Amino acid sequence: MDAVLLARLQFALTVGFHFIFPPLSIGLAWLLVIIEALGWKRNDDSYIMLGNFFGKILGLIFAMGVATGIVMEFQFGTNWSEYSKFVGDIFGAPLAAEGIFAFFLESTFLGLYIFGRNKVSKGVHWFSILMVALGSTISAFWILVANSWQQTPAGYVIRNGRAELVDFWAAVFNPSTLPRFFHTFAASLICGGFLVMGISAYLIIKNKQIDAAKKSFKLALIFSLIVSLLQVFPIGHEHGRQVARTQPEKFAAIQGLYTTQSGAPIAIFAIPFSKPPELKAKIEIPGLLSWLAFGDINAEIKGINEFPEDEIPPLFLTFVSYHNMVLLGIYFIFITAIGTYFLWKKKIWDKRKLLKIYVWSIPLPVLASELGWIAAEVGRQPWIVYKLLKTQDAVSITVSANEILFSIILFAIIYLLLFSLFIYVLVNKVKHGPEPINS
Amino acid sequence: MIDLNTIWFILISVLIIGYAILDGFDLGVGILHLFTKEESEKRININAIGPVWDGNEVWLLTAGGALFAAFPLVYATVFSAFYLALMLLLTALILRAVSFEFRGKIMSVSYKKLWDYLFGFGSLFISLLLTIAFGNILKGIPLNENKLYEGTFLSLLNPYAIAVGLTGTVLFIMHGAIYMTMKTNGLHQQRMIKWATASWMAFVILYFISTLLTFFYANFLFENLTKNMLFWIFFILLLASILYIPVGLKNQKYFLTFISSSLLITSVIALSAISLFPKLVPSSINLDYSLTAYNSSSSQYTLKTMLIIASIGMPVVIAYTIFIYKVFKGKVIISKDSY
Ligand code: HDD
Ligand code: HEM
Ligand code: HEM
Repeated sequence: MDAVLLARLQFALTVGFHFIFPPLSIGLAWLLVIIEALGWKRNDDSYIMLGNFFGKILGLIFAMGVATGIVMEFQFGTNWSEYSKFVGDIFGAPLAAEGIFAFFLESTFLGLYIFGRNKVSKGVHWFSILMVALGSTISAFWILVANSWQQTPAGYVIRNGRAELVDFWAAVFNPSTLPRFFHTFAASLICGGFLVMGISAYLIIKNKQIDAAKKSFKLALIFSLIVSLLQVFPIGHEHGRQVARTQPEKFAAIQGLYTTQSGAPIAIFAIPFSKPPELKAKIEIPGLLSWLAFGDINAEIKGINEFPEDEIPPLFLTFVSYHNMVLLGIYFIFITAIGTYFLWKKKIWDKRKLLKIYVWSIPLPVLASELGWIAAEVGRQPWIVYKLLKTQDAVSITVSANEILFSIILFAIIYLLLFSLFIYVLVNKVKHGPEPINS
Repeated sequence: MIDLNTIWFILISVLIIGYAILDGFDLGVGILHLFTKEESEKRININAIGPVWDGNEVWLLTAGGALFAAFPLVYATVFSAFYLALMLLLTALILRAVSFEFRGKIMSVSYKKLWDYLFGFGSLFISLLLTIAFGNILKGIPLNENKLYEGTFLSLLNPYAIAVGLTGTVLFIMHGAIYMTMKTNGLHQQRMIKWATASWMAFVILYFISTLLTFFYANFLFENLTKNMLFWIFFILLLASILYIPVGLKNQKYFLTFISSSLLITSVIALSAISLFPKLVPSSINLDYSLTAYNSSSSQYTLKTMLIIASIGMPVVIAYTIFIYKVFKGKVIISKDSY
């Protein structure tokens, strides 16, 4: 097999696996900031117990995030050395900034948070989880700066055969940085919210530490409802508008718009075909896409037919992953709104089936995030740096296909084992439930 | 005036030194974990480094990120050249990173044993791979006129690199044992003192051998060295810290001994950096093909921007790192919250 394809497969595997954990860590850390604050300020045993319990789970998830993240940090050099040479002048800076401003902060204070519960005052202990949450959010910011720069490059010139930085702030706040950051951050909060909500629902069903579990359930439910609403509007909406302006061929691909139209419709459901580009079995709302993207139901939007054939992304994968992400986003609002309604009517604790649905919904926000990344990254193809460098020109010259194949197999095996063990340990921990505190 | 390229050469060296001092002791403790038999002592090992090892490892990640930012050509060339070695390194780093979390959460003896081995061998493997890579950089790797690597995986396992690798690994074991003398009591502490003394001796012998080998394998490292003031400063520091370690152990000044083994690591790496400068990666085909701080760097604007980022960020990092070490200082006491 050819080295480019293998290198892409390897990147997708390792980053896709890595990205299971960071959003859970970020979201859970922020919820723990709230839970630990309630435990500290109100001196409420059930919040203290919840802090202990979810804190241990954070430790486990965080370790997985770290273990898989280390691979990412080195991978640009090992597999994408031509890319690294081309973008190094710009791309290395956010990566280094992530280390200096974020990784140190989160991992140092995580050590204090996990091991220091009885070694420091409650205030300092709360401060440590705040720093973990802040650190992991800053980490997301800087890595997304790097990613956004390759989506929508800015603040550079091409000189000496590479992209050189001329304006740091323009590169950092390139056109897609902020929309991508807010979107990914909100996604992470939803991931954390659903995790706490689902685990609490499980504890309620299994009759373990019910009083405490009800408190964390309520908190996570309301939290998830608010963030899910914000995620669709305005955050997701703004992100879509940004893509329509900066990467029109990606926009056409994820929306399934194959011919240029004014008054373009939104496809609610369809099956995309690539040769020739065509949507089959489609259900559409006329004019809505033009209105959402440009605020005018008659605005003209470019379709796939406008772009040279060798510069359009794969159509099937982009369409399907994008549409399923949006579908899941709507599901999150729906399912949390129902819960809030029954909570308000004080009937939620009897709705066993609904509580079970929350348990099974734990992985869905992570799935939505993965789908979002596939839409964003596959939608950028064939470019690795949009309009500047093609993916096929970016791989390491001195690394052979066999070497890459070897490492893919190596990582696949390790990741499979780690993931099974992770689930096993996590389930074990949850089944055990929070430890009562003996005061 | 020293230029930005030189400053970044120094800063990368400082990050590597920071990594070697901090992760160096927890890698050392990891290797010693293989020789620890009692469960209670194993838990002391784990809780002695548990709160800090992740922060320590970030020095490696930041060194990688800074190398990418300041010398992208080195990052791209060396990492793709050492491809298979790096993949093995990553595997070891992954298994080590999860071992405490996985070990602590299930109560089965054989399961715990498995993670003890993965943690211990992971640490050994990481130490060896990193120091062997260091040896290869010192000696130079086959880079052709297009700055592309022409060697293979096996050519990285040459006698010189292996000698450097063993020297460095023994140094980490000594450093870890000295760290543990501050964390333990009684018999456990006595054992650590024995380990520290034995590995000190092994280090002195191996360092001598490696230096001799350098004359044969990488003579160019000695060019102009004796005229350099910095060389003499670090050389004296090296001798002083080597000499102090057994004295400090004997007089039970464990903290001072730890400081001096940290200074020893500092001088070993600083001396290597001084003899390499301005080369970052010598070419063993022709020294003119080497990657240097000048022909492989980012633009002056990027180097300046990065310098600002580092000068804002690193003092804060160092401040809270010291704070955390203060919180956890003293002997390890196993409690209900321990791993
Ligand atoms: C800092 C840069 C960066 C960041 C934060 C991400 N990616 Fe990415 N992604 C790349 C930089 C990149 C890349 C280096 O540019 C790749 C490798 C090959 C390529 O074409 O783009 C890529 C490819 C790539 C592919 C394969 C696409 C293809 O080759 O057709 C997938 C599925 C993802 N990524 C998914 C993700 C996920 C799930 C991420 C969440 C963490 C993610 N990416 C973050
Ligand atoms: C492809 C590019 C990426 C690289 C090079 C990368 C690199 C890393 C590294 C080296 C670590 C370990 C740090 C430690 O030891 O504490 C890590 C962990 C982490 N990464 Fe990534 N990462 C990538 C993608 C992302 C993205 C897109 C996000 C967020 C949106 C993210 C967020 C985090 C967080 C929060 C952690 C802390 C560990 C955890 O929370 O599980 N990373 N990453
Ligand atoms: C109706 C709701 C949503 C809309 C309109 C929307 C819009 C978008 C768009 C347009 C992109 C592609 C950006 C690009 O290609 O550069 C994207 C990516 C992404 N989406 Fe969504 N999204 C929605 C819901 C969600 C939900 C619920 C989640 C997760 C919980 C999520 C997670 C992500 C992630 C992680 C990415 C990749 C990172 C990025 O490019 O921002 N999205 N979304």
